[in-house]
Amino acid sequence: MTQSHEGNGAGRGRTPPEQGQPLGMVIEGSVANGVEVRLDPGVSVEQVKVGTFVTLHGANNRFFGVVTDVSLGSTDPRMKYTPIPADDPFVIQALQGTVAFGTVSVLPQLTMPEVLGDDQGPAAAKSIPSHFSRAFTASQEDVETVFGSEADGNFWIGNPLDMETKLCLDLGELVKRSIGVFGKSGTGKTFLTRLLLAGIVQSGQASSLIFDMHSEYGWQGQDADKGGMVKGLKQLFGAKVSTFTLDEEHSRRRGVSTDETVHLGFNHIEPEDVELLRASLNLSEVAASAAYNLREKYGEESWLKEFLDAGRNGSLLELADELQVNAGALRALYNRMGRFTRHGFMVEHSRVDTAAQIIEHLERGQHVVLEFGRYGDDEAAYILVSNLLTRRIHRKYVEAKESAMGGAGKEPRPLVIVIEEAHKFLNSGVASQTIFGIIARELRKYNVTLMVIDQRPSGIDSEVLSQVGTRFCCLLDNERDIDAVLSGTSGSRALRSVLSRLEAKQQALMFGHALPLPVVVRIRDYGPAFYESIQGGGDSEAERKRKVDELFGG
Amino acid sequence: MTGPLMERRVGEVVQSTSTSFVAQCYQLEGAPALGGLVRTDSPDIYGVVGSVTTEPLDSARPVLARGEDAGSEEEVIRDNPQLARLLTSRFEVFIAGYVEDGVTHQYLPPRPPLVHSFVYACDQEETARFTSQLDLLRLLLNSGASHSDEIVGACIRQAAPSHDQPADFLAHACRALAVELSADVARLNSILRRVAP
Repeated sequence: MTQSHEGNGAGRGRTPPEQGQPLGMVIEGSVANGVEVRLDPGVSVEQVKVGTFVTLHGANNRFFGVVTDVSLGSTDPRMKYTPIPADDPFVIQALQGTVAFGTVSVLPQLTMPEVLGDDQGPAAAKSIPSHFSRAFTASQEDVETVFGSEADGNFWIGNPLDMETKLCLDLGELVKRSIGVFGKSGTGKTFLTRLLLAGIVQSGQASSLIFDMHSEYGWQGQDADKGGMVKGLKQLFGAKVSTFTLDEEHSRRRGVSTDETVHLGFNHIEPEDVELLRASLNLSEVAASAAYNLREKYGEESWLKEFLDAGRNGSLLELADELQVNAGALRALYNRMGRFTRHGFMVEHSRVDTAAQIIEHLERGQHVVLEFGRYGDDEAAYILVSNLLTRRIHRKYVEAKESAMGGAGKEPRPLVIVIEEAHKFLNSGVASQTIFGIIARELRKYNVTLMVIDQRPSGIDSEVLSQVGTRFCCLLDNERDIDAVLSGTSGSRALRSVLSRLEAKQQALMFGHALPLPVVVRIRDYGPAFYESIQGGGDSEAERKRKVDELFGG
Repeated sequence: MTGPLMERRVGEVVQSTSTSFVAQCYQLEGAPALGGLVRTDSPDIYGVVGSVTTEPLDSARPVLARGEDAGSEEEVIRDNPQLARLLTSRFEVFIAGYVEDGVTHQYLPPRPPLVHSFVYACDQEETARFTSQLDLLRLLLNSGASHSDEIVGACIRQAAPSHDQPADFLAHACRALAVELSADVARLNSILRRVAP
């Protein structure tokens, strides 16, 4: 009888409902500061790490929390002045856990349903467990209850610290708000982003548009640590992903085929773009605003072309006179724009509307990676192209959403726009002007969200940052960056200590909208095993349904 | 049964209080060791030997040194056979608990042992049984004796060999002691050093 029961348990590959390893008991605390747990004599402080999940079994509730601090305590304040024979294991054994003990600070975040599997899910903790409640390390099931399991369609992103449990993310929730991926250079931001994008592509919860500054997401990316290449989204998902490139030659040199080559006409550039490029082109305010005068004179379509022609013909002075702008400023604008428009992807007039092309792909449920090739290092090019395209896509989405609200069309498919070096678009100087600032602030309503990837979050406008719903934070050590990332988060003092102790690779602190509580995750490997799991899975249920709907007009 | 019990009878209560009693030995120098566990009968009151005294029976007749010409200490005793009658050994026992209806209570009994109760040294089995609980440590620590640390240390040392796993018992006893003395690490430390194997 017993044997067959055990056999069944093993067959399902699930552990019986257990409570993890006992840690100790609650001795004091408050809702604001969390509770102190005194460790049992057998438990060494070294076993308990900051960021570990803990369940606290109160009299009527079970609480789920995170270890925020580990400290050493003593029943006798004079102990530290008493000479103790530290080399005598007998004495040490007697003192440890009795007179000298470890305590951990636990921040109870959630109350868990008494019976696992109840319909009622975890809820935010509004109280703390009573004195002498027992504390346990969280079991696999607890973690699954809180974060959801892979079986329920969530995306496995990694493991909690010191646990083999799969930590999952609800991608549907994730893409509802803007996402931030922060971390110092070389801490794995790109790998984490690639992983998230792979999850989004696979789940079919949203389309994505990736402004791929360093050509890392499309066909293949570089693994600087192991040396060698890893597969990009195109390799993993084939037709689901379309790659656009600004620099066909660069793609060809790398032996990568792309679906479309992007050309931008002068007619697509607007004075607002010039305004945005002011910092990277080193233009004065006067020079940048001259672009508005030019548009007024020559019209929307051809102002830049006409202006550059006038410059080439040497009639800049007259033009300055006519427009009543400073001649020096106009010359500066001419020089910078002249240099800028010599980029290979700029053409005098482009009839192909790249933005429309991209939208078409997105509407088909595809994901678009725009590779910048060698222009990736050109900040101005990156800012201009991403802004220009995004502005037009934004316009389309707003229209589509408004007509859907009026009952005249279907809801636009959620879109995630991925930008790197986000502080260049979203710093407080330009955030109010760039389209990305607008998207970050309000476009959630129009089904468009941002995924910003940045190593200097302190450079991002605080108003924009506050709209970033879910944040993934790899190691950061600059105080201001840490402040920026944690701004507006409850319990940021505790998170700060967690954040500064992350390992330099493959670890991230995740918190915000899509997560019930902040969590440190050891990000899963992006390698053959991952490819297997992603490709083996095929379309998700939602994606299949969507395709059928699309085919048969359901 | 009577035989071994008779053998273990070491003395008789001659003075009794709620917390301790004094027993006189039947044999000169026949007192149990410091820290040893002893028991009186009806009710079974247990205690730990806290001090042993050998003195003249008549306090008005102090003991004199007699061995000036003797070759050895045995010779002194042989040449003065009356000595054994003039001296006596007494030991003070701190009460550590009692057994009533087969239940061990490690706190003070309602009444102290009767004067003239017999006192038995506990054998290994009995010692192991009684010291499986360690609440007696607190009674000993608070006995008020000026050398209570010594008594506690000796008690633990004496009891350890009676247990199947002496090392485990020592560790267990020291942890219990650490809980009792959690506010006084210096004192705890000094006792631990006395107990350490």
